[in-house]
Amino acid sequence: MASNIWVFAQGAEGSPTTATQELLTKASSLGESVTAFVAGDAAEFAAGLGEHGATKIYATGDLGGNLPGAAVASAMKAVIDGGDAPDIIMFPQNYEGRDVMARLSVKLDKTVLTNNTEIAVDGDQVKVTTPIFGGTKLVTTTFTGPGPYLVAFRPKSFPIEAAGGSAPEVVEAAVPDLGATGGATVEAVHVEEHSGPKLDEANVVVSGGRGLGEAAKYEMIESLAKALKGAPGASRAIVDAGWVPYSYQVGQTGKVVKPTVYIAAGISGATQHMVGMKGSKNIIAVNKDKEAPIFGVADLGVVGDVHKVLPKLIEALQAR
Amino acid sequence: MRAMNVIVCVKQIPDPAQPGELDPSDNTLKRAGKLILDESDSYGVEMALQLVGTAGGGEVSLVSMAPDGETAGLRTALAMGAAKAVLVSDPALAGSDALTTAKVLAEASKRLGEVDLIIAGTESSDGYTGTVPEQMAELLGLPSVTFAKHIEVAGDALKVQRQTEAGYDEVTSSLPAVVSVTAGVVEPRYPSFKGIMAAKSKPVDTVTADDLGVDPVGWAGAGQEIVDVADAPEREAGEIIEDEGEAHLKIVEFLDKLKVI
Repeated sequence: MASNIWVFAQGAEGSPTTATQELLTKASSLGESVTAFVAGDAAEFAAGLGEHGATKIYATGDLGGNLPGAAVASAMKAVIDGGDAPDIIMFPQNYEGRDVMARLSVKLDKTVLTNNTEIAVDGDQVKVTTPIFGGTKLVTTTFTGPGPYLVAFRPKSFPIEAAGGSAPEVVEAAVPDLGATGGATVEAVHVEEHSGPKLDEANVVVSGGRGLGEAAKYEMIESLAKALKGAPGASRAIVDAGWVPYSYQVGQTGKVVKPTVYIAAGISGATQHMVGMKGSKNIIAVNKDKEAPIFGVADLGVVGDVHKVLPKLIEALQAR
Repeated sequence: MRAMNVIVCVKQIPDPAQPGELDPSDNTLKRAGKLILDESDSYGVEMALQLVGTAGGGEVSLVSMAPDGETAGLRTALAMGAAKAVLVSDPALAGSDALTTAKVLAEASKRLGEVDLIIAGTESSDGYTGTVPEQMAELLGLPSVTFAKHIEVAGDALKVQRQTEAGYDEVTSSLPAVVSVTAGVVEPRYPSFKGIMAAKSKPVDTVTADDLGVDPVGWAGAGQEIVDVADAPEREAGEIIEDEGEAHLKIVEFLDKLKVI
């Protein structure tokens, strides 16, 4: 049934993004033909797409400043109308993936299933699973009616394998005239510099929350992360409060992290946050409130004041 | 300055402080009982009020879809300063997916006449599919900018700072447009006593899916079916210690054992 699967593919610095590699790996275990549909130019990372299982590549070419939502969905629709209709289209659960998927769902009049962590093809049925209530329950949903089935997956849902295919041919999928829907264009790009490892790739992540009390105390989180060669992160509460930029946020609406060690300091463990870090191999929590939900998932829980525990911990680590 | 007419899509949800529950009969989220304004929509309402205030003319209207003619959350947004609302309430809508919801809200927004801007949250706090704003834009044939953290109107264009994985983009859009805003972009005002009193008499136009001509709706239009709900495997509870001045040593020992230091 799932003979033809598309993956919405993105590249960065000359290779497919981690999320793209994850989805291609999974797609090639399910489908006979795996197509990477690239927003932009694919030449630079076509080899990387082939290596992770893509047997065909469509690329829109330069989007000319257009936001990808309407542009890529229109290009996809044109290919589908042209006769190459996929059974399933897999999207990463990120800004671009979500926007393209939403636009395409209207163009095709098909439902979407988002926030998934698993997919299985069972005869004619495509079943996907999403964790709800902070990951305490798993809901499995099947698509009804004919495809294409549009489905988005959270980062780090699937392991990456390089199956070793060669670089497939890149077929141009031009963006049709967008009319009024193409009215939004990117004028400038701002990158907030992070020093040290990337939040979603770091071996150690140290995150701070409201329990820090004030923005200035976030410095402790940065010092501890630095001492552990890790990345600093944050709960949504302190991002919303403006203490740190959004790019630091761990959780449902932020980054999903699965480091070897996750340290939650002054974080109570709201569902929103837990979704983003529960998959960590080891969790250490420091919080004043011994009833805090974070202790329910911690391998080592310290009931105590972050303002006392963290400085001593930083000092001890720096002394080693 | 041009007058700005802004529509804000608001969702009324069960109090997030209460644990969520699924209805065992059909596995939909239980939304019976008192609903409140989704906090993530209060930012959109505030943003809209500020834009209209800056423009010096126009008004903020609301569209919402909720069971049982529920207006408690709408009244909160009206008390903040919105002028009127369209509420779509219809038992047939139970089980509707995000696409049907977008169709309903897009049709509801057409009842409000000429509009310059439609604002929504990036995703609701209870269902969080996160596609409705972009779907509405496509249904209405409008441009859209998702994940906006700052919006201003400059002449006939909208200038938006749009959050990205790495930082933010400066995006310019023609109007009318659909924008989804992130939490924390503005400080939502508290309704004043006067606002609360005034909200009671502000018009709420309550309609059904049929009135809007949206069909099929509910499970019939959803294109999906829940086949299983299971408990996730639990993480085993670890060791909990109380800090008496030496807890940091315990953490060092733990990190040492994992060979990360």
